[in-house]
Amino acid sequence: MVTQAEKVRLSRGAARARRRLSLGPLSGLSHVALLVWTVLVVVPIVWTFLASVKSEDEIFGNAWALPETLRWDNWARAWEQASVGRYMLNSVVVVAAGTFGTMLFGSMAAYVLARYPFRGNRAIYLLFVSGLAFPVYLALTPLFFVVQNMGHLPLIGQFIGLDTRGGLVLVYIAYSLPFTVFFLAAFFRTLPHAVAEAAFVDGASHSRVFFQIMVPMARPGIVSITIFNVLGQWNQYQIPLVLLSGQSKDKWVLTQGIADISTAAGYDADWAALFAALSMAILPMLIVYTIFQRQIQAGLTAGALK
Amino acid sequence: MGARSPFTMAGRASFTRARFIAGFLAVPVLLYLVYVISPYAQAFYIAMTNWRGVNASPRFVGLENFQRLLGDEVFWTAVGHNGMLLVLLPVLTIAIALFFAFLLNAGGAGRGVSGVFGSGFYRVVFFFPQVLAVAIVAVLFQQVFRPDKSGMLNAPLIALGLEPIGFLSNPNVAFWSILGVLVWQAVGFYVVLFSAGMASIPREMYEAAQIDGAGRGRLFRHVTLPLLWDTVQVGWIYLGIAALDVFAIVWVMTAEHGGPDHSTTVMAAEIYRNAFQYFRFSYASAMGVVLFFFTVAFAVLALRLSRRERVEF
Repeated sequence: MVTQAEKVRLSRGAARARRRLSLGPLSGLSHVALLVWTVLVVVPIVWTFLASVKSEDEIFGNAWALPETLRWDNWARAWEQASVGRYMLNSVVVVAAGTFGTMLFGSMAAYVLARYPFRGNRAIYLLFVSGLAFPVYLALTPLFFVVQNMGHLPLIGQFIGLDTRGGLVLVYIAYSLPFTVFFLAAFFRTLPHAVAEAAFVDGASHSRVFFQIMVPMARPGIVSITIFNVLGQWNQYQIPLVLLSGQSKDKWVLTQGIADISTAAGYDADWAALFAALSMAILPMLIVYTIFQRQIQAGLTAGALK
Repeated sequence: MGARSPFTMAGRASFTRARFIAGFLAVPVLLYLVYVISPYAQAFYIAMTNWRGVNASPRFVGLENFQRLLGDEVFWTAVGHNGMLLVLLPVLTIAIALFFAFLLNAGGAGRGVSGVFGSGFYRVVFFFPQVLAVAIVAVLFQQVFRPDKSGMLNAPLIALGLEPIGFLSNPNVAFWSILGVLVWQAVGFYVVLFSAGMASIPREMYEAAQIDGAGRGRLFRHVTLPLLWDTVQVGWIYLGIAALDVFAIVWVMTAEHGGPDHSTTVMAAEIYRNAFQYFRFSYASAMGVVLFFFTVAFAVLALRLSRRERVEF
């Protein structure tokens, strides 16, 4: 006697066999095309990983030769002497603070603008959204002097001026606000009113309703936009280049540090360490991306699909 | 929001409401005004002064900087490169991404329309360059493009007895290397974006077209593309703006930050160079204003041109 489960399994197998039989030429060509692009994406990255454990001679030898022994000391040199460890720590600190601030202030502004009608609401909203249209290069020069002037403020100036991580964080937050406000305001508008109103009847304050009811309800949108901001700020290069000068190398972020190793590298440069540094920058992204790829893809494309 | 919220009933409630609104908006609006709005506003004014690093008191000079800009060959070379990128980057990226997205969603074997086997895997791999920093990608390809046998691309050429290509050292080639890297990094994002759009196209549409005898090419042209048009339009605008904003790849990867011989330079690189290497703050701001107007003009034009009958489904 054939049970129901077995029947299902049998028919599944049959369907699979049929599919395999009809593997047409188009499907074959599809795979060839897709594999070519896969190779184009993967090979440069794998090649970099391999070069990171090669000796200097091997790096200047045939590019496609495999390393004879795995020289992990390249990684140690990059981490210590080329300060990649330092740069990475700076990036982590700046992006953590920057994203936290962006999400806190961005969601507060978005919530008020989305759900509290008042005179000037529309104007403030448009002011934020207009920031999406401006190329950041237009603001670079004045921004440099704004941050320089902030450095002259009494007491807090020393933490938010040029060559400080605090200054960079504030600039990151400000430049992340337009998109964050735009996206989250749209999200808050779609949330139902009933729950919040029930809470108000129970005597909850406005800010309590926001933090304990609205933010948890907006979680999917907040997760997407947090990922968007983490990646955007982690990958930023132009703004740190302007705000953190050569005199504050100890505060540089990862992109800046690695670009500098490469542009400053002459003939006597430590190329093996450069490849190790590159690998160190790529590997964490690869791991994080593999784990959270679904959320990351959703987060990055969220803006475009809105 | 429909009727006035219930919490405006009493004066006291309306006071706490106003205080709440002000309290929540104060910090974000202040940060935004100080760091974003004020620099943009200042930039337009600075562009009309003669401010250079050395002189302490900038003087108003009207449109002098813009006049000088008209005769600046390097700047117009940069504009030309941005212009070429503006056309080529979206065209190539969208074409390649549409091709792959269609294969992933409708290139599968068997009856009906199905994705190819392993489409999830391809999507993950294709997207990966997108999460890497542009500056990191620039350093990576600087190594890939090395001009001798230590370069990943030149090693096989040399092994075959061919001349190595000066990907970054030959002024006739360097620009195309930049374009290649930009496309390399961008394609995955648009594959995922277009895939999401294609997934929302009802299956019956394809089946109906297939019953009418449409092959895969016609399916793509007459079903997929029209229904995906809105998404393609969004991609086109994104890529266009990205093309106008290219900086890190040029600044980090090329010789002389835009060389050799200005063959890869772009507007953003010239703005940065003039402001922070030559300390010509006004002149750089004038370039920024020009870039701003190019960006606005592009956005308006793109929205006008690509507005087409929307297909509802």
